[in-house]
Amino acid sequence: MGKIIELDRVNVFYGSFLAVEDVSLTIEPQTVTAFIGPSGCGKSTLLRTLNRMHEVIPGARVDGEILLDGANLYDDDVDPVSVRREVGMVFQRPNPFPTMSIRDNVLAGYKLNHDRLSKSDEDEIVESALKSANLWKEVKNRLAKPGGGLSGGQQQRLCIARAIAIRPRVLLMDEPTSALDPISTQAIEDLVSQLKKDYTIVIVTHNMQQAARVSDRTAFFNIAGEGEPGKLVEFDDTSVIFSNPSKKNTEDYISGRFG
Amino acid sequence: MTSAPLNASRPRRADRVFRGISTGAGVLILAVLVLVAAFLVIQALPAINPTAHIDAAPNGFAAFVGPLVFGTLFSAVLALMFATPLAIGIGLFISHYAPRRLASMLGYVIDLLAAIPSVVYGLWGIQVVAPFLQPVYQWLSDNWGFIPIFEGPVSGTGRTILTVGIVLAIMILPIMSALAREVFLQTPRLHEEAALALGATRWEMIQIAVIPFARSGLLSAAMLGLGRALGETMAVAMVLSPAAAVTFKLLTSENPSTIASTIALDFPESSGLDVNALIAAGLVLFAITMVVNSFARAIVTRHRDTMGEN
Repeated sequence: MGKIIELDRVNVFYGSFLAVEDVSLTIEPQTVTAFIGPSGCGKSTLLRTLNRMHEVIPGARVDGEILLDGANLYDDDVDPVSVRREVGMVFQRPNPFPTMSIRDNVLAGYKLNHDRLSKSDEDEIVESALKSANLWKEVKNRLAKPGGGLSGGQQQRLCIARAIAIRPRVLLMDEPTSALDPISTQAIEDLVSQLKKDYTIVIVTHNMQQAARVSDRTAFFNIAGEGEPGKLVEFDDTSVIFSNPSKKNTEDYISGRFG
Repeated sequence: MTSAPLNASRPRRADRVFRGISTGAGVLILAVLVLVAAFLVIQALPAINPTAHIDAAPNGFAAFVGPLVFGTLFSAVLALMFATPLAIGIGLFISHYAPRRLASMLGYVIDLLAAIPSVVYGLWGIQVVAPFLQPVYQWLSDNWGFIPIFEGPVSGTGRTILTVGIVLAIMILPIMSALAREVFLQTPRLHEEAALALGATRWEMIQIAVIPFARSGLLSAAMLGLGRALGETMAVAMVLSPAAAVTFKLLTSENPSTIASTIALDFPESSGLDVNALIAAGLVLFAITMVVNSFARAIVTRHRDTMGEN
């Protein structure tokens, strides 16, 4: 089941550069939350703090509290590796491991987390993860083939299968369809709506229609200008953001006046 | 913006000249290769003739060159065995573990190692490595002598094929580590992040994202190292006392010699057919190196195909 995520006065830095300033918001379990905003507003940066992928970049750090079901992800005794096992991630461009078969790709995370499994357990995990990712029918006869041989949209669904195979509580998606054609995009969006039964989903998107279609809640971020930190402008139900935003800035962005 | 007249000829002339120069360079390298090969073959023929009587090879050319081929391959493979894991370790340390400043410093140091002339490595091998390792060899032989490769009697000077292997390993280490570092650094960030986001530790990330991606590059690094070790002359010639023995024993004073060092040592005192025999040995070395290189290339190409578009 999904978990609740609470951000409390979060500041995100690259070295001494403040990239995201003072964000507080609560992401409810089993909902889809969209982060929208113009390029450079810090939405992807903020997303990457939720599974501590931000700190992979040298010099990057986070201030403030991010609570996952009440436990601070940034406590000193928290291992980022275990955070990432709870909070899965799908990236902008599909990135299956090119040397691994489809089957091994799905099991990659599982093999890191657990001891050796019996072949039938593995089969079960592969089948259920691929079914959840709506990919099973397309690949069930070529599980031993390399993942790189699939189409872009299939590769992205394979990455989703790989992420959910380890049963995380939260799924982060960083512009998961920006490299895909419309039909593959539709497949991913359908999948997002299905997955929210089991996961808390946070999706960063450039595409406002996508945010309107898939999300329950929307957070709009903006920057005042070049070199300024990104800030949370407005966070509300998606229907409110897109029909009746309270801030002028949000309305301008939604209606395509900038960004 | 100024528009050039349609029939402007200056840039075209520059184009033609440059094409001429680069074509010439391409033809030149082919010509050199052909000339060297022709020289080797023509000069080698008299020695390969089975009826020829060669002073240096009373039992025929094959009996002369066989042990040398063995020694060449054996020492090079020994060197590769030591150098490959070290080079991978050094490359990984620089690319994925060391803090940035230390990493760039280490990169310089390794490039410097590559600039040391091989004569210096030879001297170092004789003066430092051999005496230092001699007691180690003695210990190995005393305690592990039941394994045939460690069988005695141990060389009193430490100047054995194992020492040669170690010196060669150190000589090929810089180029191999530099290449390993390069291929590790080229791992797409996307794949590394995919692994980390699944909850991989740094070592696990290296295992599932970095190493598989780098495999073909590592193979070509190893082959380049092997090529260098096969052709290395001075260090081997200086460290080993030539015996032309065919043996896997690592620690005795009866050691196999290599083609390159034999040519270097014997050439000044050879005349007549002996010279042809040495040149024929050179031809054999040329052939071995060619085979190694094309083999490596074939593997690398095949591997690239299976990597698909990624």
